[in-house]
Amino acid sequence: MTLGSARRTLGRLAVLTALLLVRATCADVLPDDRADLFYSKYSGGGMDITGESALVRKKFTENFAVEASYFIDKVSGASIDVLSQASQIRDERKQKTGTVEYVHDKTTYTASFVNSVERDYKADTASFSLKQDMFGDLTTLSLAFANTNDTVGENNGTAFAPIIAWLGHAQSRSYDVDLSQIITKNFIGGVNFNVITDQGYLANPYRSVRYIDTGNPKGYSLGTQVYPDTRTSTAIQIEGKYYLPYRAAITGSFRYFRDTWSIVGNTYELDYTHPISNIWIVEGRLRYYKQNHADFYSDLFQYADEYRFEGRDQDLAAQDNYTIGAKVTYAFLPNGWKIFKRATATFDVSRITFHYLDFRNIKFYGLPQYQPGDEPLYQFNATVYQIYMSMFF
Amino acid sequence: MHHARFALLGACVLLTSACSNIQPWVKPYERDRLADPIMAWDRDAISSAYLDHIREAREGSRGATGSAGGGCGCN
Repeated sequence: MTLGSARRTLGRLAVLTALLLVRATCADVLPDDRADLFYSKYSGGGMDITGESALVRKKFTENFAVEASYFIDKVSGASIDVLSQASQIRDERKQKTGTVEYVHDKTTYTASFVNSVERDYKADTASFSLKQDMFGDLTTLSLAFANTNDTVGENNGTAFAPIIAWLGHAQSRSYDVDLSQIITKNFIGGVNFNVITDQGYLANPYRSVRYIDTGNPKGYSLGTQVYPDTRTSTAIQIEGKYYLPYRAAITGSFRYFRDTWSIVGNTYELDYTHPISNIWIVEGRLRYYKQNHADFYSDLFQYADEYRFEGRDQDLAAQDNYTIGAKVTYAFLPNGWKIFKRATATFDVSRITFHYLDFRNIKFYGLPQYQPGDEPLYQFNATVYQIYMSMFF
Repeated sequence: MHHARFALLGACVLLTSACSNIQPWVKPYERDRLADPIMAWDRDAISSAYLDHIREAREGSRGATGSAGGGCGCN
């Protein structure tokens, strides 16, 4: 097949997809059957995490579909604050997901179950969502609820000879209301609202608090974190997507977050998507995130048990981070192969730069030229690679 | 009493006419650009969920971005 005919075929496929999606505005339809293979690698802050995943989605009738996925990620190394009390870590997480979807007229019902298991952490999530098209299909409203039960443990052994102590349970309930609105022929907008309530053992056992201890030659000692046993967070995201005068799309979003631990976070994202010849889709994105610290966070407490609640978790510290990312999708098999109608391959890379504003670099802890609390602030870069192939059938 | 019935009837007429009079200002045949795959909110859900999981393990914020997977990400 020549490149020209491949382009024409893919062009027809794009038009057909567009028409099918337009038809979806008459009565909701389920997406195509697909199978995905996914590989990811995260490197940064002393950690290497590789992930592998497979997903299969199959329609059994025009209004009933089942989706199953399996994800495994392997962790080696340890983040900077874990090093303050633990040695190198080797662990893996396995996550299984099962989803059923049912469409009736303009309503889509989805039920899902996720099971995630690590040696020292287990999580089960059950969720249900309902999506409704309304007002001439200009508006789509989604409501979702998820309940998660976690069991939290700590490995007191080594990476190769683990001794797990189970410390407690936590329950999380998540409520979502999402609204997507067609505004003009070229512009859609969306509002996502989410509330999460947590209760139970919410601390991370691998982190320690640090307090001034003049009796210690280093000038400080480490102690156990004590977190509140409840947390409620609220997040709202506003987003817009605009089809440019030529065939390309630009997306902007802003998310505001706050919780009962006094963390306030703002996220800004910008994304540009540009197809080339119906074969390639190139995407570039920028993201900026900023938060203040939780009210019970400190990098250095004045003495042991200074407050009722004390935490020194990296993610509770004041921080900002920048992400620059790019994604390239290649469409192939325009004439299909065996049971597959078409396929895409995608390469995605993100570079994230983390700056902490009140979390200090443990590499300088205890050095004679630094008093506790005067060490340089911590920052690091992380790179995330993703490679995946999607086959549609 | 008559006023109350009249008000109730008026309210019903207004409500039903409000529902029936909402006409899509972007007609279905005008939505070809919006139906282009590049205008999908999330082209690759598996990839977005993975990136969300990475962020949620390192940031205090969470939610309002779609699902983020389970587990801890503690290490």
